[in-house]
Amino acid sequence: MSVYLLTIIILAGSYFAGLLGSLTGLGGGVVIIPLLTVLLHVDIHYAIGASLISVIATSSGSAAAYVREGITNIRIGMFLEIATTVGALVGATLSLYIHTPIIAVLFGVILIFSALMSLKKKVENISQTESVWAEKLKLNGSYPTPDGQVVKYGVRKVGGGFFMMLFAGIISGLLGIGSGSLKVVAMDSIMRIPFKVSTTTSNFMIGVTAAASAVVYLQRGYIDPGLSMPVVLGVLLGALTGSKILVHAKSSGWLRWVFAVIVTILAVQMIYNGITGKI
Amino acid sequence: MAGSNFKDKNIQDVIGWVLRGGVIVSMAVVFIGGVIYLYRHGSSTVSYRQFQGVPAFVQSIGGIINGILNLRGRAIIQAGIILLIATPVVRVIFSAIGFILEKDYLYTAITLFVLLVIIIGMLTGRGG
Repeated sequence: MSVYLLTIIILAGSYFAGLLGSLTGLGGGVVIIPLLTVLLHVDIHYAIGASLISVIATSSGSAAAYVREGITNIRIGMFLEIATTVGALVGATLSLYIHTPIIAVLFGVILIFSALMSLKKKVENISQTESVWAEKLKLNGSYPTPDGQVVKYGVRKVGGGFFMMLFAGIISGLLGIGSGSLKVVAMDSIMRIPFKVSTTTSNFMIGVTAAASAVVYLQRGYIDPGLSMPVVLGVLLGALTGSKILVHAKSSGWLRWVFAVIVTILAVQMIYNGITGKI
Repeated sequence: MAGSNFKDKNIQDVIGWVLRGGVIVSMAVVFIGGVIYLYRHGSSTVSYRQFQGVPAFVQSIGGIINGILNLRGRAIIQAGIILLIATPVVRVIFSAIGFILEKDYLYTAITLFVLLVIIIGMLTGRGG
């Protein structure tokens, strides 16, 4: 295939992936990898490398806005980044030794999990219980609401959350995704951080986690400039469009369902290809 | 953290600018490199089916600098990608400075540790 044609196809596909990833909250990474490997037959290592770069671009771009609004909890982010960056290095190193079919199957499983998580109803929980560790680490915080009030929240089960983040980091380094859904599980379900804070803080952390594994990928030759260029530009533009649409259309419930089904089909395809050794 | 709110807000602003600026600059560089790459190699054939690493001239910093001087598209793209990867790392460095100014030594240590982990990745990435 000529460079022109491939670049245009990947640019269009990445735009679509970034748009859907942003609309559903799944992130561009989980969509771009099956797109590149299943549909365009790109080697999974190149796909992982290009995806990780797009993850850094989208998470940094959106984190910039949230940080300035003061919703992101920088201390929770920094503290948990210890776990995610160590995990990311472990994951990036493991990706050399784990066989491609196993990576494909694992990716499919995480993909289905992410799709299910995106369907889960989001209930805001504000915990006032403060654990000893959260107090010592100054993790308890507050965030402003649109109507000018300040909501205070406490953080619990710091150890459990930290451990879950280690796992999220490994998956991120191994599969080249932000693993935002796992990060939200750690912060939302385990540590009981309010949803607004956990999603924005997760986004804030994803860039650093991804950068930790990207420095390894770069040296290993996973990040091909000819392939990464259309992927990163496409995903970022798609995510920007998505964030504009999201402001206007609040009820994207049906879209999430459609998308979850598409993602599940792609995931099953990846698992099947992995098991039959076609990837 | 009643007394330190003002400084926390300062950190937030600086971090916000670092992230936004880094993304804009790196994407502009990637775009320029992409245009040059397509102009020079648009009609060549390419396949990513087999993993064979990246072309030698974008594998080392020296090669990339040399490539930029010769206006090679892929070297410019790779430079943009390196700037993008550096963006969150610079953000961590600025957080560390912020925590030092706030005299929050616990978080200065935590931030420096995260930085150390990333540097270890840079130094050992090829070996492992």
